[in-house]
Amino acid sequence: MLTIKNLHASIEGTPILRGINLEIKPGEIHAIMGPNGSGKSTLASVLAGREEYEVTEGEVIYKGKDLLDLSPEDRAREGVFLAFQYPVEIPGVSSTNFLRTAVNQVREYRGQEPLDAVKFLSLMKEKMKLVEIDQKLLSRSLNEGFSGGEKKRNEIFQMAILDPALSILDETDSGLDIDALKVVANGVNQLRSSDNATIVVTHYQRLLDYIVPDFVHVLFEGRIVKSGDKSLALELEDKGYDWIKDEVANTAV
Amino acid sequence: MSAVTKKDTSLSSSFLDSFYAQKPSGLFAGLREEAAKLLTHKGLPSAKDEEYKFTPITKKIEGNISRFGHSSPFDIDRTELEKHLVEGLDAHLLVLNNGFYDKNLSTEMPKGVRITSLKDLGDDANKIAKIVTAEKDPYAGLNQLAFQAGVFVSLDDKLVLDKPVLILHLAKSDEKGQTIHPRIYIETGKFVEATFIEQTIAVDDQVYFINSVEEIKVGEGAHIHHYKIQDENKQTLELSNTGVDVPKDATFTSFVLSLQSQMTRNNLSLNLLDSNCEGNMYGIYLLNGKSHVDNHTNVDHTKPHAESNELYKGILTDSSRGVFNGKIFVRQDAQKTNAFQQNNNILLSEDAIVNTKPQLEIWADDVKCSHGCTTGQLDDEALFYLRSRGISKENARALLLYAFAGEVLEKIENETFRKYCIQLVQERLGSKGG
Repeated sequence: MLTIKNLHASIEGTPILRGINLEIKPGEIHAIMGPNGSGKSTLASVLAGREEYEVTEGEVIYKGKDLLDLSPEDRAREGVFLAFQYPVEIPGVSSTNFLRTAVNQVREYRGQEPLDAVKFLSLMKEKMKLVEIDQKLLSRSLNEGFSGGEKKRNEIFQMAILDPALSILDETDSGLDIDALKVVANGVNQLRSSDNATIVVTHYQRLLDYIVPDFVHVLFEGRIVKSGDKSLALELEDKGYDWIKDEVANTAV
Repeated sequence: MSAVTKKDTSLSSSFLDSFYAQKPSGLFAGLREEAAKLLTHKGLPSAKDEEYKFTPITKKIEGNISRFGHSSPFDIDRTELEKHLVEGLDAHLLVLNNGFYDKNLSTEMPKGVRITSLKDLGDDANKIAKIVTAEKDPYAGLNQLAFQAGVFVSLDDKLVLDKPVLILHLAKSDEKGQTIHPRIYIETGKFVEATFIEQTIAVDDQVYFINSVEEIKVGEGAHIHHYKIQDENKQTLELSNTGVDVPKDATFTSFVLSLQSQMTRNNLSLNLLDSNCEGNMYGIYLLNGKSHVDNHTNVDHTKPHAESNELYKGILTDSSRGVFNGKIFVRQDAQKTNAFQQNNNILLSEDAIVNTKPQLEIWADDVKCSHGCTTGQLDDEALFYLRSRGISKENARALLLYAFAGEVLEKIENETFRKYCIQLVQERLGSKGG
């Protein structure tokens, strides 16, 4: 589904990603872990099409298409979804109006009829249960005055509505208490299918108790320096990142 | 008269020469003479004038307008008129044709509303030019010198109007560039509840200068809404002086939507004359091309326990320019005043400019006053967030800009009119933006 080859990206001339290689197949969950500043969020942003990052080398093939060639909105319409680390508060735009616009623009791109108000409402109601989100929250301005947990839940709710093929969760667990974490993880797990794939970017192993990954990759200084299964996450939890850094330093010598 | 030689007063002097050639007579002779004296003495404001520093309208007028006396009404029938009306708006229609009250085109007013042409006024003539005086603004003086058959509107005590009164200014210049001096006086009785919508229709795309004065005397305990749409032609030069007296227990709310003109200057003054009254001033300006809109507002708190709220928002693109100047004056007596003011702007191009200035003068010590102004670009992070959900860049932009303006549009209480304004705003933001 997604093939990343030798991806290099920089921001304002500073290289952040220095040659990422990754292959993701439908049905898989990949966790990207790593210390702060290793490039985890940059990878997520580059995949979603954030414009301040410049891709200097390499390619990303998504469903046979050059992903880097697509605008952020076309990536979304092709089924790529980024759950933001810091969801943006947008005063004056109601969540409902925003989501309906989004859904119908995605449908239009795919040559589907737009959803009328009634059908959209029933879609909302169905997905609301999934992340236990309150209707009152959705009648307010998008993310405005939401708590941290509410914002993250709203991200997963949007994901449920848009039904993406490739979801990228950028530190969705950060700052969540255990109850909120379980709700979010539960939502992600229910949306999981053999047709879609998920990239979970996280600093902590804790989330991976609830969203169990097929692969764990450790990102360090803009490269994937180690890959393994879920046990690698536990090892990182246990030993921290220093041993990885040492290992990298030794290989370099 | 002695020749006035200063360059920046050339407009008024050439006009004044013709004025003095035929000394005023009739009902408003005194007012006209007083205005003429002031204009002879002070002239029209130049860019050196602090109040007109950013808005060189006098220069624009000198370049575009050749006749400063009052223009005459023109022929227009109801069918033509109806093309310009707000669709679906059920309103009592009050038409001023190039500043002249047009009884035939106006609809019959409900019981309790009296409309009199200014030229037919009796004792009420004494009320004219008390709220907006020639001293306040030279252009108000020019209007005072030149106005003709404007209207005097009077609403009886306790009258609650079920429909708004739409004051329609029809404006049309001959090819020379004319001046229109509409003058309106509105007084409401006690506990009146009424909405006035004011709209100027440019019948063609010729340049004209519309220099209006509106005086509103709100009755005790009355609730008056005053909405204004400025969506004229690209050549229009517009100056408006609106003065409002707000007495005890009364509320006055102004909303101004500025969309198109060459240059517009609005002077709005609310005089909160007693306790427990409220004055609200809201505005949106969406500017493109080279258009220039200047809102100068002034609220005067004179007695304790009164409140004022002000929110103006602007979205500017191309090389348009916006000016906002908000004066809040709180007198020593006006303890427990609440006064809030906010001006926010989004600039969509490198060449768009906003000059914004809050001016607070507070002489009382127990008051709550706040003001703030922001000028910035569209939030890139918000734009990316919307796009990452599949919304096109153009739509995301329109959605964000509309949300920005929406906060002000919500203040419009009349539903049909609000929807109409929403439609105008969305059309503007959806197409080329700004």
